[in-house]
Amino acid sequence: MSSHAHSAPHAMPAPTGFISKWVFSLDHKVIGIQYFLLALAAVCLGIVLSVLMRFHLVWPSAHLPFITGGQMTPEQYLALVTMHGTIMVFFVLTTAPQSGFGNYFLPIQIGAADMAFPRLNMLSFWTTFLAFVAIIAAFFVPGGSPISGWTAYPPLSGLGQVTGPGEGWGQTMWIVSIALFCGASLMGALNFIATIIDLRAPGMTLMRMPLTCWGWFVTAILGLLAFGVLLAAGVLLLLDRSAGTSFFVPASEVVTDTLLNHKGGSPILWQHLFWFFGHPEVYIAILPGMGVASHLLSTFSRKPIYGYRAMAYAMCGIGFLGFMVWGHHMFISGMSPYSGFAFSVLTMAIGVPSAIKTFNWLGTLWNGKIQFTSPMLFALGFVSLFISGGLSGLFLAQPAVDNRLHATYYVVAHFHLVMGVAAIFGIFGATYFWFPKMFGRMMSEPLGKLHFWITFAGAYCIFMPMHFIGIAGAIRRYADYTGVQYLAQFQPVHKFMTIAAFITAAGQLIFLWNFFWSLKHGAKASDNPWHATTLEWSTATPPPHDNFGGHYPSVYRGPYEFSVPGVTEDYVPQHLAPQEVPRSK
Amino acid sequence: MSQAEHEGIIESAWSGGRAPFAINSNKLGMWLFIISDSLTFSALLVAYAYVRLANPDWPRPFEIWPAIAKSTLMTLILLSSSLTMVLGVAAAHRGDRAKTIKYLIWTMIFGAAFVVIHATEWYTLMVTDHVTPWSNPWGVPLFGGTFFGLTGLHMLHVTIGVVYLAIVAAGFKSDKYDASDVEVSGLYWHFVDLVWMFIFPLVYLMSVNLKG
Repeated sequence: MSSHAHSAPHAMPAPTGFISKWVFSLDHKVIGIQYFLLALAAVCLGIVLSVLMRFHLVWPSAHLPFITGGQMTPEQYLALVTMHGTIMVFFVLTTAPQSGFGNYFLPIQIGAADMAFPRLNMLSFWTTFLAFVAIIAAFFVPGGSPISGWTAYPPLSGLGQVTGPGEGWGQTMWIVSIALFCGASLMGALNFIATIIDLRAPGMTLMRMPLTCWGWFVTAILGLLAFGVLLAAGVLLLLDRSAGTSFFVPASEVVTDTLLNHKGGSPILWQHLFWFFGHPEVYIAILPGMGVASHLLSTFSRKPIYGYRAMAYAMCGIGFLGFMVWGHHMFISGMSPYSGFAFSVLTMAIGVPSAIKTFNWLGTLWNGKIQFTSPMLFALGFVSLFISGGLSGLFLAQPAVDNRLHATYYVVAHFHLVMGVAAIFGIFGATYFWFPKMFGRMMSEPLGKLHFWITFAGAYCIFMPMHFIGIAGAIRRYADYTGVQYLAQFQPVHKFMTIAAFITAAGQLIFLWNFFWSLKHGAKASDNPWHATTLEWSTATPPPHDNFGGHYPSVYRGPYEFSVPGVTEDYVPQHLAPQEVPRSK
Repeated sequence: MSQAEHEGIIESAWSGGRAPFAINSNKLGMWLFIISDSLTFSALLVAYAYVRLANPDWPRPFEIWPAIAKSTLMTLILLSSSLTMVLGVAAAHRGDRAKTIKYLIWTMIFGAAFVVIHATEWYTLMVTDHVTPWSNPWGVPLFGGTFFGLTGLHMLHVTIGVVYLAIVAAGFKSDKYDASDVEVSGLYWHFVDLVWMFIFPLVYLMSVNLKG
């Protein structure tokens, strides 16, 4: 079997028709772009939802013409919270960096013709697409979208229509969507792992893989272990709602004066199952971004990554520890002090590999010949946001502190910075970096820089103040703060954050314009416009159907050989044989 | 590290250009599927353990005769199916096509027998004993939910397995699939068998009514 990985790589025959080329494609590159476009549609929707939420928080009694009745109800606000979280976490942060860029670049970066299982890959995308259709359908079913948050905590999510609009059909559609998404993600994870293990080109040892590949690899392992558990939990929740079981519903639930016929279950059980998935899920969102940031920092500092092995091992360490800390999401649900202590210590232990990564990023920049290109700016922004959001995680890891802060905006600030906006910056960095390879044209640099500064400053203006009002006691998830005196005093801060959100959201139009304008009118890209070292830059732009035009590369060195003494150029591509490297005499 | 080691092709199982576990990607893929599916079953078993511990008056309705006898017979049938599967895979690797098909058919017959006996048991529980996912005559309503949930998902796996083996057997007969494909289907079959070895003691034996 050793031969089939290299001499006869998996390339399917090139498709000819429009349908087989662009719709039901087996080509990992097309599937990657399909995932990317799905995530792009999802992120636009997610941003609109968040802007509506920010608007409502500041002007709760404003007349909105597109809402029946003109005024947003608290339930409609909670529906926005739920749909924003669900769409962003699953269909943007999980979809774009892993399924989008991972699909496109993982096979090329390891020197393969395609993924190990191209048909499974196509099935995975179309299942994700169905999941997206299902979650969009939740807006339009009777009662509208669910109101139980992206975590779908029971009893609220388990009882059906009695607990509010959206808890009937809307919540059912949510479960269907997430179950489909789980299936699709499991297929994807399996495919990624098999591809990395079996299809690396000769010489591409694990320790010569670009750190992007390490990010996708560890993320795929987390996905393989986590999504099956969410799938099981989702099935049980569906049984509670439709088959009358009571896995997550305790006895004596009274909703609007009606005693419900449920008995014997526990909402805490859902929390355990959900967060056993949910905590690895936040690493599924951020690990590909870590890989991309490492890749870009090295490339644009024209220096080898500082501590390559430590970076790879730190990703593995983060992934491993990520499965042992789910309880820190449940401190306020009450737990044995011994459990709380264990979860707390393990959570803080994640600070060690995270700090290793951060210091290695700084070490990579140190004395580098830094090129402030758009992708580099977003990589630097990633590091900044990851530090800013990560530090508050150490405070929240203490049960005593968390009990005070968990239900406040402090947590909203924490996770948005560390896994929301940071992961988005990873996606933006990847987009600006790989756009030339994917579409053959460069994106506009001035527009990219403008987009960066608006987004970077905007993200801090939106989320930093949330820390302070959170410490001061601003409860999260309320639809209207104006009627409560101690909460009403934060309204000026809310107004500041809302205006920042409007400006930041508007700034994303620059990105959209840049993206679609450059597709047609950008400057033609050469095969290796960034003078980068990894295999995707050794092939044509855009890459041919089988990625390397039949000439499969061998790999002779690690991925970050920049500024090697005695070499003419300041980079040495991975695929050049030692005698081919131009050396100065 | 010398320059020669630093720059150059390294030859080892993990150096690229080959499958490091010396198995084809399909077999690796099946192992990965088994890992993820075992996490799904684990989550259900943990949920079952959780609600069972949370309800000290959990019912123990299964009499030695017929419930435990029947489930023991089902266990033996499933174990036998694993034996015929092993023989089928061995025959496939020997290139003995007739024996391979014969053993695969026996495996399917055992699998189908398991599903049929299981279905009669479900029928008895639902119709005679009035057990539903939301209620039962013995107490904690979740007994039915966990029982039907766990055994139902397992039964679904066995049913899919029988269909899968039929496809593999037909493909092997017509030379579309080779011995390695038979082996991969065997991995799935043994995994489904293994899951039952958890369900049988945890769901049946722990709910024996010894008082008669």
